[in-house]
Amino acid sequence: MKVSVTVNGKEHHGDVEPRTLLVHYLRETLGLTGTNVGCDTSSCGACTIHLNGEAVKSCTMLAVQADGASVTTIEGLAKDGVMHPMQTAFMENHGLQCGYCTPGMVMAAIGLLNENPKPTEEEVRMGLEGNLCRCTGYHNIVKSVLAAASAK
Amino acid sequence: MTITENKPSKIIGTRLLRREDPPLLTGEAKFTNDLNIPGALHLSVLRSPYAHAKIKSIDVSAALKIAGVVAVYTGKDLQTSWAAPMPCAWAVTTDMKNPAHYPLAIDKVCYVGDGVAAVLATNETASRDALDAIDVQYEPLKAVVDLEDSLSDKNVIHSDLGTNKSYTWPLLVEETPGCVEQAFKKAKYKIKERYVQQRLIPMAMEPRAIVAVPQPFGGDITLYSSTQIPHILKVMSAITLGIPEHQVRVVAPSVGGGFGSKLNVYAEELLCMALARKHNAPVRWVEERSENSQATIQGRGQIQHVELAADENGKITAVRVRIIGDMGAYLQLVTPGVPILGAFLYAGVYDIPKAYDFSCTSVFTNLTPTDAYRGAGRPEATYAIEMGIEALAREMKIDSFELRKRNYIKKEQFPYTAFSGLTYDSGDHLLAAEKAAKMTDLAGVRAQQKKQNVAGATKLLGVGMSSYFEMCGLAPSRVLASLNYSAGGWESATVRVLPTNKVQVITGTSPHGQGHETSWAMIAAEKLGVAPEDVDVLHSDTAISPLGLDTYGSRSLAVGGIAIALACDKVIEKAKLIAAHQLECASEDLQFENGTFSVKGSPDRALPLAAIAFGAFTAHNLPDGCEPNLEAQVSYDPPNFSWPFGTHMCVVEVDTETGAVEILKYIAVDDCGNQINPLIVEGQVHGGVVQGIAQALFEEAVYDMDGNLKTTTLAEYLVPAACDVPAITTAHTVTPSPTNQLGVKGIGEAGTIGAAPTVITAIIDALSSLGVKTMAMPASPQTVWKTINEATSGGKQ
Repeated sequence: MKVSVTVNGKEHHGDVEPRTLLVHYLRETLGLTGTNVGCDTSSCGACTIHLNGEAVKSCTMLAVQADGASVTTIEGLAKDGVMHPMQTAFMENHGLQCGYCTPGMVMAAIGLLNENPKPTEEEVRMGLEGNLCRCTGYHNIVKSVLAAASAK
Repeated sequence: MTITENKPSKIIGTRLLRREDPPLLTGEAKFTNDLNIPGALHLSVLRSPYAHAKIKSIDVSAALKIAGVVAVYTGKDLQTSWAAPMPCAWAVTTDMKNPAHYPLAIDKVCYVGDGVAAVLATNETASRDALDAIDVQYEPLKAVVDLEDSLSDKNVIHSDLGTNKSYTWPLLVEETPGCVEQAFKKAKYKIKERYVQQRLIPMAMEPRAIVAVPQPFGGDITLYSSTQIPHILKVMSAITLGIPEHQVRVVAPSVGGGFGSKLNVYAEELLCMALARKHNAPVRWVEERSENSQATIQGRGQIQHVELAADENGKITAVRVRIIGDMGAYLQLVTPGVPILGAFLYAGVYDIPKAYDFSCTSVFTNLTPTDAYRGAGRPEATYAIEMGIEALAREMKIDSFELRKRNYIKKEQFPYTAFSGLTYDSGDHLLAAEKAAKMTDLAGVRAQQKKQNVAGATKLLGVGMSSYFEMCGLAPSRVLASLNYSAGGWESATVRVLPTNKVQVITGTSPHGQGHETSWAMIAAEKLGVAPEDVDVLHSDTAISPLGLDTYGSRSLAVGGIAIALACDKVIEKAKLIAAHQLECASEDLQFENGTFSVKGSPDRALPLAAIAFGAFTAHNLPDGCEPNLEAQVSYDPPNFSWPFGTHMCVVEVDTETGAVEILKYIAVDDCGNQINPLIVEGQVHGGVVQGIAQALFEEAVYDMDGNLKTTTLAEYLVPAACDVPAITTAHTVTPSPTNQLGVKGIGEAGTIGAAPTVITAIIDALSSLGVKTMAMPASPQTVWKTINEATSGGKQ
């Protein structure tokens, strides 16, 4: 099936097998391997991207469902060699260790602040419920998101 | 050529941000599954749906007809591909039973997930589709799921062994023969408890991934694997496949967490290598999450019987421990050693006489093999002794903290020779415990508890604690030899000062989230007087770092970090000879500070390391007999384990109507000696604590009676999310280790060791007025609610 998607500001037109998941299209067809796959039940959130500005798990939808949409992946956040403030906040607050959940976590965190620019700690914890991390115990992830919110 | 000036610095102990982060934060980092290897065939593994069954027949003909399928192999087809069975490196006893274990099962399957057939296809979709087309006829056998049932040998899993028992490993230390029994006879107080360490699934966020790339005409093979142990994997895969070791290169690209689960030599690694060689093509395999739950090792899995004897003051006079260890279906790399790593710690942080009677019997079950999971044996031991202390305090009707104080090894007793003969390097348990109590506001919480936990109250407050020792920094090679471990415990480092005074550190450690690049650069920068950003750290590729024993057992800093410091010392020694030659003085007259050699008393006669590095490169003016270049390699074997310790406390509120447990406050006071980078230390504690909380409250690999895993996905296996766990308050005491020059100890596993007993003792404390004396893990709302009801109705707990 034909699909046209704008990814990180660049238009892509292609032909995909109907069963191709969006995450596989991004990773395998477009070579954007920053978006990770951590489960097969949409539980872990490692594959979170932005679809038309909203955080979604790219394993929960087919590539063809993104037809006509604008997608941002982790690779699209830094501009002119400068990281996005959320990426900087994660670095400054040691919000990552192995870094596998990190792209999804950062995309989810940006989505969270888009909806709720000044969340409480509890709102951050609830807002990140769909993203699992095995290394940090979440303490510094929450701290990173709160720091990014207060820097806004 | 510009030579960078040395900058004076004080780097160790600062919260330097991690250099690992930018590539990980931007998607630039490459995990194994991100590698694009042209022409790679995709491997999929058909797995047994039965826990125990004979394989009667396998028909692969339909699978071979699927477009894109290149080949299908059964265990029998590959029987001649293996020079040796899959390795177990730890024969803990000379008569240990170890069933032959091959990457694909041959005649029968022994757990759900056991590999039965391997499909190679030109693409992943075809290889997965082909799995459904393979027809296997099984004759199901009775599955052995329960440990005590296994021990009875009613159904023997590996009939050639004649028993389900793998080994019995005793550690009996008695001042005089029979003194343990006498101590129990004489004891004023004694307790006898049974605890169950449920099986856990490590669940690193990155599932395993592998690519084997053969170079048939080049005569070698490169294995990319999501592993913690590229060096050990190189040796073991060479032996298992019968490939000359120098023709194997193993690379661990970015690795997304391990926690012990990637400390292994796995069937899929060997299959990828064997099939890549057979087909002269790269072969890749990527694990699905449900495969990860079943075919990657699991952790814990023990039944513990613990007895303590104490005198009238509560001083412990003897410890008796009987363990049944669950090996699972086969022995993986260090499976049998896991309970043994805990064997020395069942007296915890307490001063006990030589009256210690430990024995572990380990058995096979028709379940996924177990192996090291964060803490490996030590969380289990700590849980048992800390729960035992609580039980003893209840028996004596005294406060458990008071009982701990009466038994702690005292600060002035260090270095302390334990009953086992091991020497605990340094410690101050009382200091850490009192700090934790103060930060918890223990007195205040107790007062609040009196007010809140009145008759009829449904939200009950409880305080829990645990004091722990972690025996880590694996390990002095001679001690490992005495435990029959097949390898040593040293670590290697090379430090090289390049002509422009930039530094390369090459380490045998293999990080997967621990921030070694940052911390190792800090150590070298501090030693050599250069800026950390001028130090590059290379690792995890056996072609770049040929010597090493990798990362596990909280060993990387205490062994690998010290190797780097020692290699820096050697570099400085050599540089000093060159400086003395060029400054025309005796090397004893030189001092090295902030990256510059100067003559003592004549600071104007000085040479920066930068000049010596360049001079060592040009080799125009070196002392006679001095080799060009400035580099040194060290293999460091630690003289002792390192013994970090600490006390954790938490306050919980338990809802007696729903069984829900909320952690209101969690305090972790850890002492890992000097810290290289406190930012990273805190991160290790946070993550460790949450894994311990996860064991206490959420996680369990649940099997049914037939050996089917019921928690195969992250929807069923409850890895906690951010909203499930509290903020962690960390603090430290600093008791440097006297056994290494940096005064450091490990910290990777400490949080996990401290946390589970802290949470469970808090829940029991909250519910003590209802008569609750024990609590199974995980303390899910259902379990808590059931335990409360059993206690209040006078039933068994």
